Amino acid sequence: MSLRLKALTKSIWVYHLSTGSCNNCDIEILDLPTPRFDIERFGITLVGSIRHADAILVTGSLNLKTIPRVKAIYEQAPKPCVVIAIGVCSCGQGMFKNGPNCPNPVDSVLPVDIYIPGCPPKPEAMIAGVVKLIEKLKGNITTSTS
Amino acid sequence: MTRLLFNFLIYPGFLFTACFGLVASWIDRKVTARIQWRVGPPWYQPLIDLVKLSIKEITVPRSASKGLFFLSPLIGLSAVTLVSMLVWLVNIDPVSKGFSGDIIVIMYLLTLPAIAVILGASASGNPLASLGASREIKMVMAYELPFIISLIVPVIKSGGLLKLSEIISYQAVNGSFIASLSGIIAFIIMIFCMQAKLGLVPFDASEAETEIIAGTCIEYSGMLLAILKLTKTMLMVALPLFLITLFWQGFTFLSLWKYVILLVIIILIRNTNPRVRIDHAVRFFWGKMTLLSIIAVLLAIKGM
Repeated sequence: MSLRLKALTKSIWVYHLSTGSCNNCDIEILDLPTPRFDIERFGITLVGSIRHADAILVTGSLNLKTIPRVKAIYEQAPKPCVVIAIGVCSCGQGMFKNGPNCPNPVDSVLPVDIYIPGCPPKPEAMIAGVVKLIEKLKGNITTSTS
Repeated sequence: MTRLLFNFLIYPGFLFTACFGLVASWIDRKVTARIQWRVGPPWYQPLIDLVKLSIKEITVPRSASKGLFFLSPLIGLSAVTLVSMLVWLVNIDPVSKGFSGDIIVIMYLLTLPAIAVILGASASGNPLASLGASREIKMVMAYELPFIISLIVPVIKSGGLLKLSEIISYQAVNGSFIASLSGIIAFIIMIFCMQAKLGLVPFDASEAETEIIAGTCIEYSGMLLAILKLTKTMLMVALPLFLITLFWQGFTFLSLWKYVILLVIIILIRNTNPRVRIDHAVRFFWGKMTLLSIIAVLLAIKGM
């Protein structure tokens, strides 16, 4: 494994982007740095500024107001940067599928790398998702790009 | 000339202090994690953070003043490197190194990282960064006054010596200043000022991540952010060592436990206090701390 990939996967700084969620996923995300799960063991920390981010956690169904903001946020992130969709709303719009305010799923705006479904997903599910993402970045898991 | 460059870049300047500081910052994160009942990151975490930051893209905001934006992290880093080189050299070789008045030079160089942070933040053109810069300016004005007044105490007690190596040898003969009343008061004030200079928790209003996101370094990314982090890390080595040199007989590699004690004090203050508001911080430094440092100076003149 190259040093570059090792550095990128061993120190993931996560930016938390809520695109109009009900805050349930956000509360579950904030469980991750607590003593029970302690993801700082793997070098993962939450950062406040998008300029410091390596991964963007998207929660919530994307509504019309937030689409330009989400695009601007993603353009400001320093690359390489991955996008993780958390919760059933951002994975596939969930119960807002036929809502008039949320016509676009998240992956029509952002290049989502991994989907973690659940309403809200358990912290264990998020950790499992991040592990799968790291395996995918290392090339151990191949995915179809459809 | 080559020897000076070697001293500046490798030992005991940039590279050595950086490695030392990375270990110190790992201890900081690990002890913090243990206090919060967590496991904490592995030992190589600060290093791998820096490596990762240095291979990321550097984004420059359109409204930024580009020259200053790129230059200011380098100003801070070079100032800290110079301070750490001076402090290490004076302690490793007290006979030949140092010059008369190096205390004053170090005092000025130690304000440069804060000034560099202010310049960089105001050059980045972000409203939250300028808020952080204004807080940082207030904080510098607040802590510099008691810091400089208590810096006078060892000078008075050693009979007007302005050379660090002579202060060390004076303490070796007459006992360390920390054992006297005025010395211990000035030392405690210096610890609080050190906490503010490092930007750690009770006095971290300038980069308060829960209210103004990341404050002064909000627009920095990639290599520049790595340099800013490295500056903080190296300051975490240089400042406690400067304090030990002034008040505690200096140090050798055998007496690094003094540094560990100071580091643990910093970490404990950081983990047991909430963030103070900026006006509270100014009132704390200009009120109680300045009063105490004046008392310390008076006691030192009396010879206590």
